[in-house]
Amino acid sequence: MEEENTLAVLGRRFPGRVREVLVSPGDEVAEINRQDLLEVVDFLKSAPQDFSMLLDLTCVDYAPGKPRFEMVYHFFSLSRLRRLRLKVRLDEAETRVASLTSLWKNADWLEREVFDLFGVVFDGHPYLRRLFMYDGFEGHPLRKDYPLRRRQPRIRMRD
Amino acid sequence: MATRLEQQARPDTMLINMGPSHPAMHGTIRIMLELDGERILNSEVEVGYLHRAFEKTCENKTYFNLLIYTDRLNYVSPLINNLGYAMTMEKLLGVEIPERAQYIRIIMSELSRISDHLTCLAAMAMETGAFTAFLYKMKAREFLWDVIEQTTGARMTTSYIRIGGVRADLHPGFDAALKKGLEETRAVLKDVHGLLDKNKIFLNRTRDVGVISKEDAIAYGWTGPALRSTGVSYDVRKAFPYSSYDRLEFEVPLGERGDNYDRYMVRMKEMDQSLRIIEQAAVRLPKTARAFIVDGVEPAASIRASRRVRVREDIQLSPNLEGSEKKRYPDILTSSPGCAVPPKEDTYTSIEGLIRHFKFFMKGHGIRPPKGEVYFSVEGGNGELGYYIVSDGTDRPWRLHLRAPCFHIVSALEQLIKGRYVADIIPTFGSMNMIGGELDR
Repeated sequence: MEEENTLAVLGRRFPGRVREVLVSPGDEVAEINRQDLLEVVDFLKSAPQDFSMLLDLTCVDYAPGKPRFEMVYHFFSLSRLRRLRLKVRLDEAETRVASLTSLWKNADWLEREVFDLFGVVFDGHPYLRRLFMYDGFEGHPLRKDYPLRRRQPRIRMRD
Repeated sequence: MATRLEQQARPDTMLINMGPSHPAMHGTIRIMLELDGERILNSEVEVGYLHRAFEKTCENKTYFNLLIYTDRLNYVSPLINNLGYAMTMEKLLGVEIPERAQYIRIIMSELSRISDHLTCLAAMAMETGAFTAFLYKMKAREFLWDVIEQTTGARMTTSYIRIGGVRADLHPGFDAALKKGLEETRAVLKDVHGLLDKNKIFLNRTRDVGVISKEDAIAYGWTGPALRSTGVSYDVRKAFPYSSYDRLEFEVPLGERGDNYDRYMVRMKEMDQSLRIIEQAAVRLPKTARAFIVDGVEPAASIRASRRVRVREDIQLSPNLEGSEKKRYPDILTSSPGCAVPPKEDTYTSIEGLIRHFKFFMKGHGIRPPKGEVYFSVEGGNGELGYYIVSDGTDRPWRLHLRAPCFHIVSALEQLIKGRYVADIIPTFGSMNMIGGELDR
């Protein structure tokens, strides 16, 4: 029997709140609203969907498009060997989204990375600090308005 | 800003830095430790010392040009990084590649996997005091790298696997070189098994040290040998077979306890499986009837002749890489136009060839995939190596994100060493196979 499409399940469980996006060859992609994120991923993580692994978490800057940012989550189900891509659009005026650290442990570093490089703030993250860049670095380098060759002064040696 | 560790440390404990310049910190990573004597109360891992803005750079390079940056991610197995990127692009472009190229890719990526595991285990063995095992494994790695060097022209920064195929066909002496490399590796693996498997010192440092449960490993997003050491059978080559892996027979070795020793053992057994795969692939590799061109017209003579009449003879190219002649293109590169570098023979001798060459490399031309986005992953040395590419229809990616397997693995380090002794950091960190280039990007 052909296994049921995750998008169909999501659409039934959250009517009107999950939009299917068909932009990617062969992958299941869904888009949800920012406020629904925790509810939807909680549903996805539990059985029978069983997306037990947060494969990847990143952000895309669509400047000057609106809304500007898009969070991209890749989930993976070990028992069903399926991947799912979930997207949340974020407006530039309010680049905040709920943190997934309570559900997946690797969300800690992944969200710190996105905070560092894009400046997205994760509500509920226990230790939101820059991951790659140093304290005192100005700006968020992966934003499209950050120039490729901008130099920043070296930080002073600590005593 | 004071770190969390500094803020929360007890007044009677000692704060100490391990790294970023520490011989056991493979590359550059800093572990801040809060110690009570030798016991680690808390720790904080700081990464980013090798951050080279890989993703930002890629956004400003064309799809063809950014391939060389993928070499420098996991610099011990660059061919697998090349493969991951090339296959992601092929998925986006919808390109089929010839069977011979697929098997060449498998052979090369398995050779890289063995050298990756050898490097990881060699460093781990050396850091736990087994210097002999280190030298043995480095010796085996040299034999494999000789094969890689003869085929790709480089030892580490190979850029050999290209979008649409591979850069050059195998050289005539490949079979013999491969056979020698595999024989030597087998012998070394046998020796290393004898040296380490039941070695009391090695067992004391690794058995039941750095233990992670199945659930935690999944929650941390672990993949690859590190995840399989906990007993979870997930291998991208089996779960989502790419290239021709589904036509080859191999097993996925599993561990039980998820400790350092299991991670060592899984890697050792995986190398045996990789050797198996290479041998099968070498047999199944579709034979090519195309001979190597040894005596053709000199390029200069051919250019002179082409001013009057179209040259129809074979051209002898500068032997920068054997096997990249035009005649071999059908075996090693896709037939879809515009995906691969046009043959040099055409570029040098005909105006159409020259135009095609410029069209490929010129800004705003070249490889322009359709609008859309794609995620594709291959099984890297450390686990699932995934690329997420957003294309806006131009010749350079709007966004390229790498899912680096050791990023997820190293993020669990704090938990693994908590409550252990300082000496336990070394084998635990060693068995994770942290590669700075991949972690920091």
